[in-house]
Amino acid sequence: MTKLKSIRAFAVLAVAGGVAFGGAAQADENAELIVNGEIKLVTKTAAPDHLKDAVDTIYSGWLFRETGTQAMQMDDFVNPGMLDAEAGIELYNAVDGTEGKSCASCHGDIAEGMKGLRAVYPKWNEAAGEVRTMEMQVNDCRETRMGAEPYKYISREMGQIVSAVSLQSRGEPVNVAIDGPVAATWAQGKELYYTRTGILDLSCASCHEENYGNMIRADHLSQGQINGFPVYRLNNAKINQVHDRFKGCVRDTRAETYNPGSSEFIALELYVASRGNGLSVEGVSLRN
Amino acid sequence: MADGVKPRVKAPSKAAAGEAVVLKTLISHTMESGQRKNKDGSLIPRSIINRFTCDFNGKSVIDVEMHPAISTNPYFEFEAVIPETGELKFTWYDDDGSVYEDAKQVTVG
Repeated sequence: MTKLKSIRAFAVLAVAGGVAFGGAAQADENAELIVNGEIKLVTKTAAPDHLKDAVDTIYSGWLFRETGTQAMQMDDFVNPGMLDAEAGIELYNAVDGTEGKSCASCHGDIAEGMKGLRAVYPKWNEAAGEVRTMEMQVNDCRETRMGAEPYKYISREMGQIVSAVSLQSRGEPVNVAIDGPVAATWAQGKELYYTRTGILDLSCASCHEENYGNMIRADHLSQGQINGFPVYRLNNAKINQVHDRFKGCVRDTRAETYNPGSSEFIALELYVASRGNGLSVEGVSLRN
Repeated sequence: MADGVKPRVKAPSKAAAGEAVVLKTLISHTMESGQRKNKDGSLIPRSIINRFTCDFNGKSVIDVEMHPAISTNPYFEFEAVIPETGELKFTWYDDDGSVYEDAKQVTVG
């Protein structure tokens, strides 16, 4: 009897706690993310039009983390992801492949050549007639322009180069296109977002739309925004790319996952990115 | 010397006499614990930074002994009282005998 009572008491609490920050003491909805005391990032803003029926406000995952974790992202010296971004800048400038070129040979200085790109990816590539993620674009350049071996989609080098490129867009609002030639891919991504998978029968929306702000055991559920990617996770002490995280989430529903770089994850990345239109690119963010 | 090791220090260049300043240090290092195994089942040999020290004008500020449970890229943040103009010297000792150093000048006045 006692046991049942405590479970029922918990259920009442959970309902009273409600959604969006109600149940969790560690998150302050109005915390401001200012990196190095100078770069102010938008972590909370009005939802884009296509999302208005589902949520009013979109929140960066940074807001859902504990204050100590939040502080680590506010100083580049303390953020371990910056080490990978630095390594990525070295890769960007390093000559590789049969053509004797580096990324910089065509694109120039990374601060100029790569500025603003993270904010608009994934995007339509007219010549190839497909939606491309940043990782796909990196490998296309390596193969066709540099004559170099492509990186593995999820790999240390790919994580580093994507970190370096993303950092050049830090502070710019996410602004991926969802209409025109990408419309079909975007719709596929939306479908996947709301499709339940696995033994636990969960969709992305089950946690990140219907229950963000609530606790899932010891974890504080965020909206699942990807504006901060690539992200350095304290959990595995490395840079995590978007498809890496998707794979982890789908696996947690106890389903067979799609592969990183698959058409399903590309579509899902486009859709999830569009849910964050308006939030700042955080370059290399830091999460638990 | 292990691969990709790079010491970094963030320290103020100026301080008031007797002021406690915040020092941040980080060294990129894999900190291989010696407990993990390769895909073929053999142990990956231990390779960590086992000691870190900071001196100010030859006087010890901090002396840290490290063990295999310390995570990759060890980060230390601590305070030091700066009595006079001088040099902060930071030293990291690797299992393989390598010693990595960095120094920062702090001016009082």
